[in-house]
Amino acid sequence: MDTTMYNPFVMPFAFGVVILFLNLIISFVTWLYNLSKTQRKQVGRHIISWRTLAAIWECLRECLLHRNIFKRNPVLGYMHCSLAFGWSLLIIVGKFEASTYSGSFFTNPWLAIFFRYFEDPSRIFPHKELFTFLMDFLLAVVLSGLLLAVIKRFYSRLMGLKKATRHTPSDRIALISLWCIFPLRLVAESLVAGYRNNGGFLTQSLGNLLAPFNLPIDPIWWAYSIALCLFFIFMPFTRYMHIFTEILLIFLRKWGVVEEDKKTGYTDVELAACSRCGICIDVCPLNTAAKINDTQSVYFIRDIRDNVISHRIINDCLLCNRCVEACPVGIKSTKIRQIYREKKSFENKQYYDYLNPAATGSTTSGNKSPKVLYFAGCMSHLTPGIIDSMKKIFKAAGEDFVFVDEDKNICCGRPLRQQGFLDQANTLMAKNVQLFNSYNAEILVTSCPICYNSFKTEYKDLNIKVMHHTQYINMLIEEGRLQVNHSDKTFAYHDPCEISREENRIFEEPRNILRAAGTLLPLTNEKADALCCGSSLGNTVLSTEQIEDIRNQAMDVLTKDNPDYIVTSCPLCKKTFKKGLRNGPEVKDIAEIIIMG
Amino acid sequence: MIKFGYAPVVSRTLDLDSSDFSLRDELIREVPSYKKCIGCGGCTSTCSAHQHTEFSILRCNMLFRRGKYDVLEKELDKCMLCGKCLLVCPRNVNTRDMIIKMRLLVQHKNKKQ
Amino acid sequence: MEKFDIIIIGGGPAGLNAAMRLSNMNYKTLVLEKEKVIGGKLNQWDKLFPDFTPAIDVLKYLTENIKQENTQISTSTSVTKIDKSDNLWKVTDSNNNEYLADAVLITTGFDVFDARRKEEYGYGIYPCVITSVDLEKMLETGTINFPIETSDRRRRIAFIQCVGSRDEKSGNHFCSRNCCICAVKQAIEVKEVVPDSDVYCFYMDLRMFGQHYEELYRRSQQEFNVNFVRGRVSEIAPTFDNRVVLKAEDTLLSRPVKMTFDLVVLMVGMNPSEGTKTLSSLLDINDEYGYVVSQDEHVADNLTNKAGVFVAGTCKRQLTVPETMKDADSAAIEIANFLNRR
Ligand code: SF4
Ligand code: SF4
Ligand code: SF4
Ligand code: SF4
Ligand code: SF4
Repeated sequence: MDTTMYNPFVMPFAFGVVILFLNLIISFVTWLYNLSKTQRKQVGRHIISWRTLAAIWECLRECLLHRNIFKRNPVLGYMHCSLAFGWSLLIIVGKFEASTYSGSFFTNPWLAIFFRYFEDPSRIFPHKELFTFLMDFLLAVVLSGLLLAVIKRFYSRLMGLKKATRHTPSDRIALISLWCIFPLRLVAESLVAGYRNNGGFLTQSLGNLLAPFNLPIDPIWWAYSIALCLFFIFMPFTRYMHIFTEILLIFLRKWGVVEEDKKTGYTDVELAACSRCGICIDVCPLNTAAKINDTQSVYFIRDIRDNVISHRIINDCLLCNRCVEACPVGIKSTKIRQIYREKKSFENKQYYDYLNPAATGSTTSGNKSPKVLYFAGCMSHLTPGIIDSMKKIFKAAGEDFVFVDEDKNICCGRPLRQQGFLDQANTLMAKNVQLFNSYNAEILVTSCPICYNSFKTEYKDLNIKVMHHTQYINMLIEEGRLQVNHSDKTFAYHDPCEISREENRIFEEPRNILRAAGTLLPLTNEKADALCCGSSLGNTVLSTEQIEDIRNQAMDVLTKDNPDYIVTSCPLCKKTFKKGLRNGPEVKDIAEIIIMG
Repeated sequence: MIKFGYAPVVSRTLDLDSSDFSLRDELIREVPSYKKCIGCGGCTSTCSAHQHTEFSILRCNMLFRRGKYDVLEKELDKCMLCGKCLLVCPRNVNTRDMIIKMRLLVQHKNKKQ
Repeated sequence: MEKFDIIIIGGGPAGLNAAMRLSNMNYKTLVLEKEKVIGGKLNQWDKLFPDFTPAIDVLKYLTENIKQENTQISTSTSVTKIDKSDNLWKVTDSNNNEYLADAVLITTGFDVFDARRKEEYGYGIYPCVITSVDLEKMLETGTINFPIETSDRRRRIAFIQCVGSRDEKSGNHFCSRNCCICAVKQAIEVKEVVPDSDVYCFYMDLRMFGQHYEELYRRSQQEFNVNFVRGRVSEIAPTFDNRVVLKAEDTLLSRPVKMTFDLVVLMVGMNPSEGTKTLSSLLDINDEYGYVVSQDEHVADNLTNKAGVFVAGTCKRQLTVPETMKDADSAAIEIANFLNRR
């Protein structure tokens, strides 16, 4: 038939591919160019190392197989996997088929895509049957994924998602063209098969059905090519950009690039890597408890990409990190939120004239080289039960300690950082570092998870081991310095957000302590999947009622099996739960449980 | 220099007629709970910044309420947003949001001038 | 099943006063009291404001004037079930006794706020922090026990108003109405027992609405030199010698104040009692706190939306003792009218 292996209908496709690659190159180069100095250094240091291999492996696992989505939601996982993996295999196997057919690897690039049209059915080449079968099989797989996608679009509940994501006009064009590509390909190949008998189990059967109608072939191939072209042209401006960006993200992440305080090219990569899978919507306490459903990571990221981001969306987030835990792409949306909260106009504006040495620090102890520094944290001063118990624990263990913020200290700085007052936060941090380093101590124990997280992840020059009091108490017990009496009491333990997600995962220590003190009840949501108490300092815009709704959701989990005590290890969680409970279990900090026994 | 006679007397009266209440009204729209403050002083009592300096969140709050914003820009930037005031307030005023919004409003106003 | 004209649930001042009125009108009355003795909160208070009447005198008057032959009193009895059977109310108590009556009067009263819920004040953590109820017990014995011994120091005592009232953090938006004047009364009494002491009251507002209240406030200043600081206490911390230091804002000076005390008295507010909450929800006449809602605060304040169920006293809102007594009087009249119409 057409031995030149050319037909004008390949042009739209070729044009689309060229535009797509231009777009991709421009985006990738811009992003990489916009990396910060430290980030670029990271890339340079790790680009030639095992990390690159690990990144390739992860790309296969995540971008193609979507293992993380599978783990969360098998149906959704199959959908993503069949589309991504199926399509890429179609391209790869198609390429092999075309190369085998023409006897050279460097055939015209479109031959693989439009192979059935150009194939001479009389020509015999190795594994011809196998190729034909495979190509049909893969097409069937992709089509099944597509079918799921269409169903998801209309019945998102079927997929276990509460709410599908909304779309912009370019999204819609890309979506519709994507939906058209494979059905068109099916029809186009079937039509050819109907005439030439070169189809597989799928295309041949359909082709035989269509043959009696004597339909023209070329228009369908044109349509197929145009659908490809449209998709390629619009793709970079839609969520489908995530397909390529995720690969870049995985490499950058493996090379050790992390989000910084300010916006960098890496932020853009993360933003573009969101696939809008919507998994973050269903884990967000704002959505599940307080019916706020326009502010979750997926919407936040979408609004930034569409340039319509509002203050409320930026600020209405607990920074609880539940969505980050769940995100199959691993996008650190809470860090990005903090970046977007940055109050640039407040740079160099701070009037902490009280930060002189006399104003802060313990006034009661002259001991400058204790073994332990105890930093209760601002909030703990409003829950004296925790401080009282910690003092008793130190005494029982015979610990040599100084209570650094006995007479109120300045804040750790994390609340300011969360709200984007970076300069202000840094000033407080520097002051605290100076204070802690002025002692010659080994361990810094804090009762506040917010302080802990701050000391651990945000303080850079702290020459001291930081421990949350759950870790410290557990250590004392393990070292045999603290006796715990086992009682017949039952406990439900609430994991505070700040020490149960991302890099801080203090799970076993509190559980060891509670198992020693009584019976620890299993919960439906615990550890990294624990719910937020609602009072997080990360969100300043929630109303009291909304906070209460979130708190009640968390409390329902905790009170389900009627424990004797709800135990937590955060003064803020404790206060929040205490407010909500009139009858029923008592709320205690883990330190109080030890003292009680 | 020796001064004779009388200097013009400057009244210390807070002249509410000359107050500009526009920022306050804006704040009320953005942080509705701000209206509920009864001036009990719980917030300032617990505030660590207040302990060390003249900074008083209650005073800022009251000046804002009376439409007097002159000293506020500097004053408000002493707050550490630690949130203790939030835990104490008997009227559930969203103090942290109030402070952040006050800062933004005052800064915006001063920039315009 | 025994039948009465009226069953009064709760044997505090309201219940006993109503029982006294109704029994003297020759109605057959049953009083159910959940505690071992009758008298309710009158047993927990030594003297009553504003005139220092011993609470026991009021109780004595009530018990002496109840007409015994018309009244049956059952203590250690709480109500577990209440429902209408024909035109009568059937009340089941915790001992599974059942009674019938034409009318039921709810006088289940209040409980004091559990001060441990305001953890920042350290009740139950620091021995120096007590509640107004604990202080009454001391006053009854005529001595103030300071947890920390000393011989050479002038004692300092603080009163903190509005603990668990006017506080959205405790979930109680209301003013308890009794504690301001009660603090003034107790401050005077403390000064009488320990003249060589300094007494401070920390308040948000002083609500001296009753007759003679303002006068008592004036006397506390004039004759007893009680100090008043306008500002809410935010937290209490221990000192090295186990006393406590109280942190508040002096709103009149716009400065934070702190002061060390030997004793801090929390003026705990009023919450509906457990009995009140149970009954009001059993009968579906509860408000958001669990108080009983009367039919109309102005003209039908002793009636409820259930015909034959009446209400009096602090199970409905925060009232003083005299107000409670008068409320019970008017409830007795309403009930008598209701019974006469039958
Ligand atoms: S942020 Fe993550 S979880 Fe949320 S839609 Fe994007 S990829 Fe999915
Ligand atoms: S951090 Fe928490 S509150 Fe914020 S979007 Fe994620 S899940 Fe929702
Ligand atoms: S948030 Fe600001 S005003 Fe409130 S207690 Fe902390 S420093 Fe003071
Ligand atoms: S604690 Fe609340 S009510 Fe009291 S002065 Fe501060 S903001 Fe106003
Ligand atoms: S009576 Fe006084 S102390 Fe009691 S709640 Fe009312 S204002 Fe507060």
